[in-house]
Amino acid sequence: MAGEGEKKAVLEMIQADGGDEGCVTFVLHDEDHTLGNSVRYMIMKNVDVEFCGYTITHPSESKINFRIQTRGGIPATEPLRKGLNDLNDVCQHVLNTFQVNLCVHF
Amino acid sequence: MAATMKNVEEIRTRVILGEFGVKNVHTTDFPGNYPGYDDTWDLQKFQKKFSIDLVSLDENSIEFDMVGIDAAIANAFRRILLAEVPTMAIEKVFIYNNTSIVQDEVLAHRLGLIPIKADPRLFEYRNAGEESSEEEGSEIDTIQLQLKIKCSRNPRASKDDSDPRELYLNHMVYSRDIKWVPIGNQADVFGESSIGPVHDDILIAQLRPGQELDIIMHCVKGIGKDHAKFSPVATASYRLLPEITLLEPVEGEKAERLKSCFSPGVIELEDVNGTKVAKVVNSRLDTCSREVLRHSDLKDVVKLGRVRDHFIYTVESTGILPPEVLVMEAIKVLMAKCQRFLNELDSADMD
Repeated sequence: MAGEGEKKAVLEMIQADGGDEGCVTFVLHDEDHTLGNSVRYMIMKNVDVEFCGYTITHPSESKINFRIQTRGGIPATEPLRKGLNDLNDVCQHVLNTFQVNLCVHF
Repeated sequence: MAATMKNVEEIRTRVILGEFGVKNVHTTDFPGNYPGYDDTWDLQKFQKKFSIDLVSLDENSIEFDMVGIDAAIANAFRRILLAEVPTMAIEKVFIYNNTSIVQDEVLAHRLGLIPIKADPRLFEYRNAGEESSEEEGSEIDTIQLQLKIKCSRNPRASKDDSDPRELYLNHMVYSRDIKWVPIGNQADVFGESSIGPVHDDILIAQLRPGQELDIIMHCVKGIGKDHAKFSPVATASYRLLPEITLLEPVEGEKAERLKSCFSPGVIELEDVNGTKVAKVVNSRLDTCSREVLRHSDLKDVVKLGRVRDHFIYTVESTGILPPEVLVMEAIKVLMAKCQRFLNELDSADMD
């Protein structure tokens, strides 16, 4: 599954045996609501996604379980990648707009 | 409540403040929820609706509006401003001599909370390797500061003075007494006196004659998640834009009472044909205390709500970085987080 073997994993994928590639739980390490909620919003905006949610298993451990279920047999890494890319685009646009407004102000 | 056309718009875009509860709080505009609406993510549509207005900017605080974004992302920016934008702060305190009345650990704690004016973008994180007792941090990840002060009796004070300011020299230890000790090439890279505490007048300890402090401090780079001393903002918060709609015209004495239910400047009384009529002038100033809902004759005249995608941010910096730079750094931190997981996904696919 995806993850670094060496020091500590950043992202793991857990898939039920017998299930298809479309229903996967990702474990994101060192993350909390900051990334979890915003990525969940971006993935929910995707039509192919049947279910998307995240949970923080225990407040003392900083990791989130992120579950994606897709329609039509699409592998679950696709909406995750698209959601992260979309969030990146949103941030880039916010940054540009903010910088433009800052220059206009002066 | 039937979801008619007008109602749907309200459910999608407004949070309603009722007498006993708040309605339509959650974002519901996901694809498939509303027939006839295409809510799939579209970058062009987002860019058209999105805007930022700078309301006020000064040395330490900024107030700006972000319109057209969802609460999940707006909250992410707020959380990052509070806890994940890195700064430099005093972490290791080597106490060579402390004969003051303040205990070592209390003094070290207070020193850690002093904001240090050093641009964290020019420094690296210190490697969390094995800690030797006096680990020499290198010039790229550590700032060394020194506090060396001794209190003595003022020889020029008169016999019957009782004011400590007259009697003693150096009896109050302020943050201006902290001196920067450049290591390596820091003296060339930074100016002579450009690194030190942000504020001069933070009282650290009080001394009496014979007591002294001799302390070396190492500052490192860290984030607020680790310890609150690393947080670069005094606070960062947002609120949603309030919206007040008058459902019927309100006149005369009733209008006066309606005006007093809201914060000053929200409702003004206009003169129309001799009678005073209430008009909503600036709902942004309202603090949403819902006072109007306590009056039985006024509560059905007014509809209180908030616009769900209009965020009024207030960011106050501690002085380490200017507030507009902090906002930009917070946005970059969120982009770095996305990039980290995208790289993970890509490297996993390569396997």
